[in-house]
Amino acid sequence: MSAAQWRRAMNTQSPGVKVSVSPSVQSTPVARTAGYSAPTYQGTGWWSRLWAPIHLRHWIVMAMVLLYPAVASPFFTYQIGAQSLALGLIALSLTFLGGYGGMVSMSQMTVAGMSSYLIAIFGTSSMQAISLGWPWWLAVIFAVLISMVFATLIGWLSIRTEGIHTIMITLAIGVAFFYLTQQNYVLFNGFQGFSKISAPTIGDVDFTDPVAFYFLALACALAGYGAIQYIVRAPFGLALQGIRDNPRRMNSLGFNVTAHRLAAHAFAGLLASVGGILLVWYNNRISPGSINTGALINILVIAVLGGMKHPLGAFIGAITFVLLQNFAIDLVDRQRFNLVIGGVFLLIVFFSPDGLLGLWHKFRSRWLGFAPVSATSSRQP
Amino acid sequence: MSRGRLAFWWLLVLPLALLALWGLFEDAVLFLKTFLNGLTLASLYFIVASGFTLVFGLMRNVNLAHGSLFLVGAYVGWIVGDQTGSWLLAVLAGFIASALLGVVIQVVVFRRMQGEDLRQTLVTIGLSIVLADLMLWYFGGEIYTFDPPAWIYGTMSLPIIEKFPTYRIVVLFISIVIGLLLWGLLNGTRIGMMIRAGVDDRGMLSASGVNVQRIFALTFALGAGLAGLAGVVGGTALSISPGEDTRYLLASLVVVIVGGMGSVPGAAIGALLIGLAEQFGQAYAPTYSVVFTFVIMIIALAFRPRGVLGKAT
Repeated sequence: MSAAQWRRAMNTQSPGVKVSVSPSVQSTPVARTAGYSAPTYQGTGWWSRLWAPIHLRHWIVMAMVLLYPAVASPFFTYQIGAQSLALGLIALSLTFLGGYGGMVSMSQMTVAGMSSYLIAIFGTSSMQAISLGWPWWLAVIFAVLISMVFATLIGWLSIRTEGIHTIMITLAIGVAFFYLTQQNYVLFNGFQGFSKISAPTIGDVDFTDPVAFYFLALACALAGYGAIQYIVRAPFGLALQGIRDNPRRMNSLGFNVTAHRLAAHAFAGLLASVGGILLVWYNNRISPGSINTGALINILVIAVLGGMKHPLGAFIGAITFVLLQNFAIDLVDRQRFNLVIGGVFLLIVFFSPDGLLGLWHKFRSRWLGFAPVSATSSRQP
Repeated sequence: MSRGRLAFWWLLVLPLALLALWGLFEDAVLFLKTFLNGLTLASLYFIVASGFTLVFGLMRNVNLAHGSLFLVGAYVGWIVGDQTGSWLLAVLAGFIASALLGVVIQVVVFRRMQGEDLRQTLVTIGLSIVLADLMLWYFGGEIYTFDPPAWIYGTMSLPIIEKFPTYRIVVLFISIVIGLLLWGLLNGTRIGMMIRAGVDDRGMLSASGVNVQRIFALTFALGAGLAGLAGVVGGTALSISPGEDTRYLLASLVVVIVGGMGSVPGAAIGALLIGLAEQFGQAYAPTYSVVFTFVIMIIALAFRPRGVLGKAT
């Protein structure tokens, strides 16, 4: 055994790493990776199988999010609700990559920003000289496709590395893209970016209206959530989680590790680009300031705040983040928002590595007598 | 070196050499000035990144609060310099302040989370957010500059380029001295021997009776201190303001990615490449200067995913 191999063995099995999975569970990746709900659905047809995992609590949450605009003021519907959903969708792409793929990518906001810029470039904006003025659906299709290619390219670069290196490389890529948009005037209009980009009117529905936009964002968020819930149970998702836990073993089992990781990046790129389109319609503008280092880190903060073990965490994190952003300034000085969010983030990372969802599961198992959630997997592959 | 590899290097070096020749004949003053400026920037990047890479090499800790340590050192140095009027004391204070903060971070954060890479990274990101905001609160958004002593202030005359700021030459000199000192420390002393042993095989070093935690704390202090020292030295060459922390963090990330994680000579090579690319980019193609940095990173990653001098683990 070479020194390098020995070091790797020392690193992965040092007592600091939480490996609370017993060997018997480890040998059956399917039972382990299915996670929070029991994976055995007895239904026979695909229709009953589709509805089997939906419980009463899902209906309650569904009713709540559907009725929310009816009880909330336009400010709460738009500023809090819709913004949380859009940010949550971008954070969801990170949760998918990080939580299920083991690749923490800092550049998800960059992908979202790319699609925001593309909407401005293909669609209409205040910059007549650059914007091509295509109809919204064409702009959306091209924005999503090109952003997915962009995300796949980032993935292609970053999957050459592992773990911590991935974070650094994606962070470097994200910041490089920020500087590019800031310095390039031909395509990205430099420091000012684009403004007056508004959501389209489809048929009779004007999506600049807070309630209509809320439902648009909700539909996208639910679609993203549902897609992830489906994918992580599908063969591709299970293989991806296997790769997260032990790439070498999956490789020797005949899985193409690189292809799975690339596909994960492409799918996460799809989610992030949809989130980016929602975000540009929400803000009506896109400028380098929306994708600077702080914005990149905010997405990570949101994902970690909620908890990266479950797709719901992204949205819980986003709601918490947006609420803090809007109301922390009532408690402290307006300028000190970063201190509050940084402090909350530090507390969460220090005391509950699985975020608010992790706190909730701890609380539930200790005080409400629920059985503890299935074994936590090691955080690093 | 195989023939293919050799051909590849020639393919890379030859166009660059031709471009350099063209630049030299086109406008020698501009070319040489840019070259010297690039060297100065590279020296700064080297001082910051060498601490980063040292910490990573030994402990596998990615300290994303490294940029904050840079800024802390710079601000503390500025206060001391302002009070005492001595620039050398300011440099010393910057080093010590960051080193102390680094030890605190090492003991409070990294020692508690050994082996949990992702959590360490997240905590240091959180720390950098909080530290940046605290410093913004206390020092405000103003730009701070240092007054270097008279003997390194002003300009000196060089052949071809008539005038060049003396201080930038001093920065180059300082970084070479630091590089040599680091080399001497790592290769000539007992502690350096332990650090190198730790980089190669932490478990074995611990098993042979060395107090690894003490070595860790010492290395962390050294790495953090170098960041703080760079804060004062760099702050004198350029200036200090909020946001410099992310700039230098990014620079050290790219330098270390290009040069190879955990290798001090790698940091030197990476810093040289990035510093020169940035300055030449700004001089000859201002709009796309950042793209050069990025292209270097992509080329390095595509052909040497572990960096130019990175060890294959």
